[in-house]
This record gives sequence, C-alpha cells and structure tokens, in this order.
Amino acid sequence: MNTSLIRMENIHKDFGKVHALRGVDFEVRPNEVIGLIGDNGAGKSTLIKILSGVFPYTKGKIEIKGQRISPRQYSATKAHKMGIETVYQEQALGLKQSLWRNIFLGRQLTNRAGFIQMKKVRSETDYIMKDFLGFTGGGVSPDSRVSTLSGGERQGVAIGRAMYFEADLIILDEPTRALSVKEVNKVLGFIQQVKDRGKSCVYISHTISNIYSVSDRFVVMDRGKTVGRYNRTDISEKDLTDELIHHSATAELAEQRKRLNSKRDK
Amino acid sequence: MDLSNMRVRSNQLHLAAVMKYRRQLSLFVITLLIIVLFMITSPRVFLRPNIYLSFLTTVPFVGVMALGITVVLVTGEIDLSFPAVMAFSGYVFATLYELTGSVLLGLVGCIATGGMAGLCNGLLITKIGIPSIVVTLGMQFLLRGSTHVLAAGFQKVLRGVVDRPLYAIFVGKVGGVVPAQALWFAFLAVCMWLLLFRHKFGDHVLFVGDNENTARMMGINVDRTKILVFVLMGVLAAFAGLLDSMRMRTWWPTMGEGYMMTTFATVFVGGTSMFGGEGTILGTFIGAFLIGSLEAGIVAAGLTGFWTQFIYGLIILIAVTLHAVFRRREGI
Repeated sequence: MNTSLIRMENIHKDFGKVHALRGVDFEVRPNEVIGLIGDNGAGKSTLIKILSGVFPYTKGKIEIKGQRISPRQYSATKAHKMGIETVYQEQALGLKQSLWRNIFLGRQLTNRAGFIQMKKVRSETDYIMKDFLGFTGGGVSPDSRVSTLSGGERQGVAIGRAMYFEADLIILDEPTRALSVKEVNKVLGFIQQVKDRGKSCVYISHTISNIYSVSDRFVVMDRGKTVGRYNRTDISEKDLTDELIHHSATAELAEQRKRLNSKRDK
Repeated sequence: MDLSNMRVRSNQLHLAAVMKYRRQLSLFVITLLIIVLFMITSPRVFLRPNIYLSFLTTVPFVGVMALGITVVLVTGEIDLSFPAVMAFSGYVFATLYELTGSVLLGLVGCIATGGMAGLCNGLLITKIGIPSIVVTLGMQFLLRGSTHVLAAGFQKVLRGVVDRPLYAIFVGKVGGVVPAQALWFAFLAVCMWLLLFRHKFGDHVLFVGDNENTARMMGINVDRTKILVFVLMGVLAAFAGLLDSMRMRTWWPTMGEGYMMTTFATVFVGGTSMFGGEGTILGTFIGAFLIGSLEAGIVAAGLTGFWTQFIYGLIILIAVTLHAVFRRREGI
C-alpha cells in the first residue's frame, strides 16, 4: 500500500559543475507538517523548486500520489494541477491589486464571455478571509489592496488561496523571514489551519523555534543530502538545534579545508 | 429598524464609492472650476453652447488614443508610435476609399493596419526583448517616414464621403447637434473600463503591470497579454485616424503630429501612473476634456499661443502632484 503523498528518491540536481543535490530522499505523507531545515546552501530551496516544477531534476525518481512523474513533462502548472502549491515570500501577490483579484488570479470566476462574476468573487473572498484565515473586521474587505496588509496577513492570503483551491500540499519557503513576532504567530496559525483541514505542508525555515512548534516531522539537509529525519516526539527542540549547528559547523570546516587545499595547490 | 439599517448601509456604500473615486471626482471638480474661470475671463465664448460642441468635435481623436495609452501604461509599457500609426492607417483608409469608393473596405484595411503595427511592436518587445520605449520610437519614425514616402507629401481629399451612411455613423451629428465621434469616445471608454476592470483579460493586464513575476508564477501568459495590449493600441490609433480623416473629409500626411504630448498629458492628468499595475479610464475620460478645454480657453481669454504651453505645463504639474500625494496616502 502506498500511503505517501509525495515520494522523492535519490534526487540529483547539477547546475553546470555544481552538484546542488546529491541523492536526496524525501517523503511527505497525507496530513502532516514537515519542517525542512538546514543551513544556507544545503539545498532546501533547490529541492522545493524541483518539487514545485520550477527546476527540472538531473536524476532520480518522483511519485506524486503514487503516480510517477516524468521530469520533462513536469512544470509549475502541472504541479498546481496535481495539488501542489508553493508560497514564496510576497512574490506571488500583486501588491497594488485587491484581495479578490489576487485570490482568483489565473483562476477567475467568469461568465462565458470572460467577464468576472463580481458578486460571487467578492463573497467567496469574504468566505476565504473569514473562514479560512480568521480575519475579523479590522477594515479589511475583499476590495482592500494587498499593499495595505501586514507581512503576515499577506502570507495568509497566499496560504488561503492555496487552501481554497484544494491544494493537498502547501510548500512555504521561508514564510516568516522579515516578520515581527506577532506576525510570525499569525503564519503559524495558518499552518495549523492547513493541518486541521487534513492537508499537508512543507515548511522551510532557519528558525527552529517556529518550525518546532508546528511540525510533525523534521528533515535536516546538509550540502545536498538529507542527513537526518526525526519525529517531533523523538527529539527535543534543543537537540534539534544542536543537530543543525553541528551540521553547519562541519560544513564550515569542510569549506575552510577546501579553501586551504586550493590555496596550497596554487 | 431594518429599514434604517439598510439606509445606513447604503450611505456607507455611497461613501465607499466616493472614497474610491475621490481622485476622479476632484479632477472633475477641477475641470469644472477651470471652465468657470474661463466663463469669467471670456464670457462671450464660454457662456455659449458652441464652444462645448466644438470640444465634443475635437476632443475624441486624442481621447480615443488616450484610452489605449492608459491600458498600455497599466501594463507597465509605453507606446510612442501611435501618432504615426494613426497617420499610416489613415493613409490606408484614404487610399482604399480612393481606389474602391468603399468606406467599409477602407475601414477594415485601416483597422487591420493599426492592429498589424501594434502586433509588430508587441512581438519586438516581448519576443526579442527590446524595451517598449525603444521599439515604438523606431516604429514612430518608420511609419511616419513610410507615410511621407507613399503619399509623396500630398494630402488625399475624400470626395463624396459626406454622403455615405458610414460618415453619419462615425462623424455625423446625432439629432443634428451632438457629434457622433463624441458618442464613440464615450462608448469606447465604457468598453475599455469593462475590459480593464471587469474582464479576465484586464485582470491579467493589471497583474502583468504590477508584478510580472507574480503573473508568471500564477500561470498568466505575460507575452501574449502585452502583445494584445499593443494590438489594441494600434487598433485605437487607427480608429482615431479614420475618424479624423472623415471629419476633415481629407487625409493629410502630418496627421497625428502634435497629438503625442496632448495624449500623454491627458492620461497623466487623468491620474494613471507611469509605474504600471494601475490606471483610471474615468480619469482619462475627464482628463481629455480638461486638456481639450485648456487651449481653447487660453486663446479665448486673449492670451497668446505662447501662454498655452505655459499654462498646460502648470496644470499638468499641479494635477500629477496631487495624484502622487493621494496615491501615497492610499499606501500604494
């Protein structure tokens, strides 16, 4: 029986001579939140971009809902169709546009002639904001411009959009970077909402304390490989932090050694 | 109880509409104030209906193109070729009419020419990746030059065009009073508003101008959107050329020269910004009449033509400053 939502096996990705990923195994099961952690350059973002169809991969095998994906046919649009939505920090929102335009962008509710069904779009946006996101009052309406929202609320709109369109997996790439503590809590609340609705989430962050509180499992990456897998029940927040620091330190040492070697060679 | 609640709600709705369109409303008030000022400085001209009918006769040519430029600016692009497109398409219209005697055939050829010019602009901008200001500057010279070469500098008199039914439809007087081109301008303004703010295509235009990356990530075909906007601009410029030739019953090779600056003045005074992602059709519509009334008013006030440009400049700078201040307050 195949219970995984996503199964990636032995994924390699080369950018010219640089081996960004060197045999990554990664799995997401239904209704779980995975915290993907690792230092800069560990390959987290590359892995995510492969999963969301932005980069093709060099070698390996990907299955989504038990269906084998061929790297040539896979794309961002295909990923959307298969229920995978990626939320990048602020990037997929038009700041000067209203909430309803942002939520329905690319999937507008229109009549046959292509005219937008305003009533429906406004009421659905209202529903998404109140029921999915818990925005209550505060002067935010479907016609509010995204530029008037706070950083955390903007993340919320992107997450709400993904949930509304029935994504099975929502990938959040550093969603809390540059947010205040209060805003971070909002985003963590949105992630909890995703889980409560039976969907899965991959959450990438540097901040272990954030990731620890919402994730069911952790995957640690280091220099293009997955080097650790833990259930939250098996590891304390402190041990997880130590684990990450340990990998960063060895990565730094390796880097220094490489630099020394190349100097000596010269 | 319920009724009073509903009244409160409807008042709130009115207030929201006022707030939403406050920039356009203030522009409208400014236009009225300027006209009142002209009524004081030259009552003989501005207290009679003739001057207003003459605005309705002349404003639509610039106005129709200003509608197109508004959409182009929303995309975050610019078009400098439209006056030449207007002249070149007008030439095609005049020539086809001259050869076949058919207004309809001329019309089809004219619009198709404008669309083709826009298509060339759009393809060079998106597929080759040349900035729109550069492409359309080149296109401006190319088409203006072609027009002069083809027409050898001569104008074309459209004999007998006055008697054609299409003449009445495009530039006749509706009810013997209102110039038909003014109604066309109003009709196209409504169409452009619907297209930009109520149609899926307009949604794509807004996002392409706001943030191309966002549009692309959400699966919008950015190139196709831009190309279609330039085709639309070409078609509108051609239509303006058609209207202007018909009204004058003559096509002339320098047609459209001098329209460039007034068109941009109209759009900027109207409140559309250079930065893309937003724009106002209503503002452009009012702006066209504001800019159109300025020149007449200044001349009627007895000031020399030299003053025209000075006052133009003044009004434009005041208007765009106000728009920028409003915009900052709205947090855009």
